[in-house]
Amino acid sequence: MSEQATQEASGLVFHPLDQFIVKPLFGEGPIMWYTPTNVTLWMGIAVLCIIGLFVIGSRGRAIVPTRSQSIGELIYGFTYKMVEDVAGHDGVKFFPYVMTLFMFILFSNYLGLIPMSFATTSHIAVTAVLAAAVFLTVTIVGFVKNGTKFLGLFWVSSAPLALRPILAIIELISYFVRPVSHSIRLGGNIMAGHAVMKVFAGFAAVALISPLSVAAITAIYGLEILVAGIQAYVFAILTCVYLKDALHPGH
Amino acid sequence: MSGQTTVENAAAAAGHGAEASGAGMPQLDFSTFPNQIFWLVVTLVVIYFVLSRIALPRIAAVLAERADTISNDIAAADELKRRAVEAEAAYEKALADARHEANAIVAEAKVQIQSELNAELARADQVIAAKAAESEAAIAEIRKDAVKSVTTISRTAAKQIVAAFGGDAEAAEVNAAVAAQMKG
Repeated sequence: MSEQATQEASGLVFHPLDQFIVKPLFGEGPIMWYTPTNVTLWMGIAVLCIIGLFVIGSRGRAIVPTRSQSIGELIYGFTYKMVEDVAGHDGVKFFPYVMTLFMFILFSNYLGLIPMSFATTSHIAVTAVLAAAVFLTVTIVGFVKNGTKFLGLFWVSSAPLALRPILAIIELISYFVRPVSHSIRLGGNIMAGHAVMKVFAGFAAVALISPLSVAAITAIYGLEILVAGIQAYVFAILTCVYLKDALHPGH
Repeated sequence: MSGQTTVENAAAAAGHGAEASGAGMPQLDFSTFPNQIFWLVVTLVVIYFVLSRIALPRIAAVLAERADTISNDIAAADELKRRAVEAEAAYEKALADARHEANAIVAEAKVQIQSELNAELARADQVIAAKAAESEAAIAEIRKDAVKSVTTISRTAAKQIVAAFGGDAEAAEVNAAVAAQMKG
């Protein structure tokens, strides 16, 4: 029985990671840095969705908002409040920056959930660039704003003097691990969710367990809808937390 | 065998060499990294400019305008409410004044009417008294006339009765008898 299932499975298209393959949009050939690929397509769709919601949706500039303008205002208010609450009042000038990251990740995550689509945020190359951008911004802003006082972030002045060098090492390591965790958290979540769905989808071809498999896909899809939003939010709020460190390095 | 087909499928689908770690993760296929990073940067720049130049200022303006409108409306409503309260106070005051004035007028009118009434009553009393005196005088006259008439009639009657009995009555005697009778 189990051997039969394995055989059946191996006979089926059962490659949960194929959905992540980067393909050229037109024809075959090597992928150069400028080649329009499915990455380009889905990022472009994300851009169009963002323009649609925030530019076309609010074109009326209505005092009493239309539905799409209302959603745009809601997201604007939510993100603005998040930046202000977490990064402090002087962090508000980074609001467009945080908003850009948040919206790109949010829309990419949700667009990736459309069947047959391509999840750009499931790629470590993408999330690593996003995380690196945040890391560089935070580090540069930290040094520009506070000069060498920014290093006080690693020197825990409230701890006993003997412990401070050890804590400094730990803080330093944790500081440099941030972009890694920041990027892998997002990419890993999205990739794992999509891969799990594909695995269950592969099992759906086996008649005996297909009802279970379809039910599982439905459940996981629901979970992924949650994860898509939460991971975008987590990425944005961590960006704000890191910005707060850069603006106010004191603990 | 399974591994081999996977590699072939992946290779065919990916459209490039099997060095794309085959059954491994496309995420670790470094040959696609420049492409993804390039398009990501383009995307982020576009989103950033669209948001920071068009969308966010517009939404901020709309939100500010709405807040302004709401606060203006609330201020206008407060102003109107204040005016309504003022108007009500003025109305109440006017009402109280009018009532007060009316009371004063009523009291004044009452006093005036009372004095007029008293005057009229006094005049009427006077007139009545005069009339009564006049009437009394008239009655006295009538009574006197009546007594005189009765006397005259009595004398005449007595003379005629005496004459009828065939007596020849002395006028003075009859008069004295009648007078005596009428006194009696």
